[in-house]
Amino acid sequence: MNPPIVISARNLTKTYGDLTAVDAVSFEVPAGESFGLLGPNGAGKSTTMKMIGGVSRRSSGTLSIMGLDPDNHGPEVRAHLGVVPQQDNLDEELRVRENLIVYGRYFGLPLSYLRPKADELLEFAQLTDKAKSKVDALSGGMKRRLTIARALINEPRILLLDEPTTGLDPQARHTLWDRLFRLKEQGVTLILTTHYMDEAEQLCDRLIVVDKGRIMAEGSPASLIREHSTREVLELRFGSERNAGIGVELQGIGERLEALPDRVLIYADDGEAALEQVTARGLRPLTSLVRRSSLEDVFLRLTGRSLVD
Amino acid sequence: MSALAEGHPGPRSATEAARQRTFGPLYSRNALAVVSRGLMAAKSSTWLILVSGFFEPVLYLIAMGVGLGSIVGAIQGPGGQEISYAAYIAPALLAVSAMNGAVYDSTWNVFFKMNFAKLYQGMLYTSLGPLDVAIGEIFLALLRGLLYATGFTAVMGVMGLITTPWALLMVPASVLIAFGFASFGMGITSFMKTFQQMDWINFFMLPMFLFSATFYPLSVYPQYIQWLIQAMPLWHGVELLRQISIGSFSSATAVHVGYYLVMIVLGIMLTTGRLRQLFLK
Repeated sequence: MNPPIVISARNLTKTYGDLTAVDAVSFEVPAGESFGLLGPNGAGKSTTMKMIGGVSRRSSGTLSIMGLDPDNHGPEVRAHLGVVPQQDNLDEELRVRENLIVYGRYFGLPLSYLRPKADELLEFAQLTDKAKSKVDALSGGMKRRLTIARALINEPRILLLDEPTTGLDPQARHTLWDRLFRLKEQGVTLILTTHYMDEAEQLCDRLIVVDKGRIMAEGSPASLIREHSTREVLELRFGSERNAGIGVELQGIGERLEALPDRVLIYADDGEAALEQVTARGLRPLTSLVRRSSLEDVFLRLTGRSLVD
Repeated sequence: MSALAEGHPGPRSATEAARQRTFGPLYSRNALAVVSRGLMAAKSSTWLILVSGFFEPVLYLIAMGVGLGSIVGAIQGPGGQEISYAAYIAPALLAVSAMNGAVYDSTWNVFFKMNFAKLYQGMLYTSLGPLDVAIGEIFLALLRGLLYATGFTAVMGVMGLITTPWALLMVPASVLIAFGFASFGMGITSFMKTFQQMDWINFFMLPMFLFSATFYPLSVYPQYIQWLIQAMPLWHGVELLRQISIGSFSSATAVHVGYYLVMIVLGIMLTTGRLRQLFLK
């Protein structure tokens, strides 16, 4: 039996005056899936998240969360959700543990449930020894983990994460990914937006690539790479003056060539072989690197632009 | 399917029960959560503000009532009988203090929470509706108004300015006044984007404080100024409390109370509508 569909969007559209932030987007998310929205800043990811969370009203299309329309059943829909917004909005007037308890009260949960739950979540977020600290005193990574712990206080069926690791250092990101992975294992449906391809590859079962409010592609990270890129990529740097002009001389090597301002990408199933061909033509790149194709390459292929500007 | 479900057995968990409640699109009958958050935050916040809000009218009462009153002498009260100048201005100052307490909480406090602390944004990501938030915040403002009013009434008692048991009704009447100002203040604050705009509130409140028959009767003004002042909310509060303070009621009492009831209803409608527009757009 297939898991039930928990989120269903049909031609979901949001306009602000002349600007169409989200343009007729359709997707479905089954329970327990980890679903990603990958795209650059301004692609409409956060707007889509806000509509799912029932804090932004759609302009047209249909949207159903757990069978409910968030426009008409905002509080009820949000009772099923945990929301981690892009910017932490912890309650700075309260201490760490109080943040969890008070947030739980907003969901109408009794203290007899909240007290043990708060301790459990502090443990989960590795913040037990910070329970009585002021929010101000936490590091960026700790605040993020507290925000996630807070979003879990109502045992949500769906966790919305808007750019969960933006602005965190690599170690904090990995800690966070580990925590999110545990949630996924427990069967929580994760919806996350990101402009980091490695994050999408790590966490998402399936994702949509969005650009300018539209869906460019949809699938699992592996299938998207298979479909829209080669197995490997050869990255060459010839120095900033030569990168653009060198394209002609590299013609015919690999399946496809992409000249970026700082480097040239050659898409080939065998990167080493492509590199041999380059040197055989007497070209001497300053640096060369063979790597696996990533979602970054998929995005570049689909939009002609990089994910992170 | 719940996150971290271990340790919470039972087919119908607390979270399930919380989801089974009836919700409205704007209200989920949980304003109490907003109130308890406010009380918890107040534990750590500055008591100084609370104290200064209480002392301000007391200082006015001493300076004007006792000091200035000694050269003014007796003055004609609402029922026509002579009362001391201090007894004349004390209920007016109480109305002002109810207004100040409510306005401080519902404007500056709300302004900060709305624009800097992102508090309401966080609240509205939960199963709270905008009406829960509005009611909760207004209730907190009322609580402050109640504290001020009780304290000031006690000071009046100590100074021998209370002569009738009716005067105790000044406390709930002050809360009514605070309610009117708090519900409207929060709605108006939602339009404010900068600190400069917030100053307009003071610009409006100071003349209202000085000229709403606070320190002398309305009859000193020409007719059209009287009408203007009678349209303002504080005058109705001043008159209401002044009548209650000596237990002298008239048909105007009902008008004063009615003025605030209308103000409360319109204020809550405005505030809820604005919260919805701002955060659920």
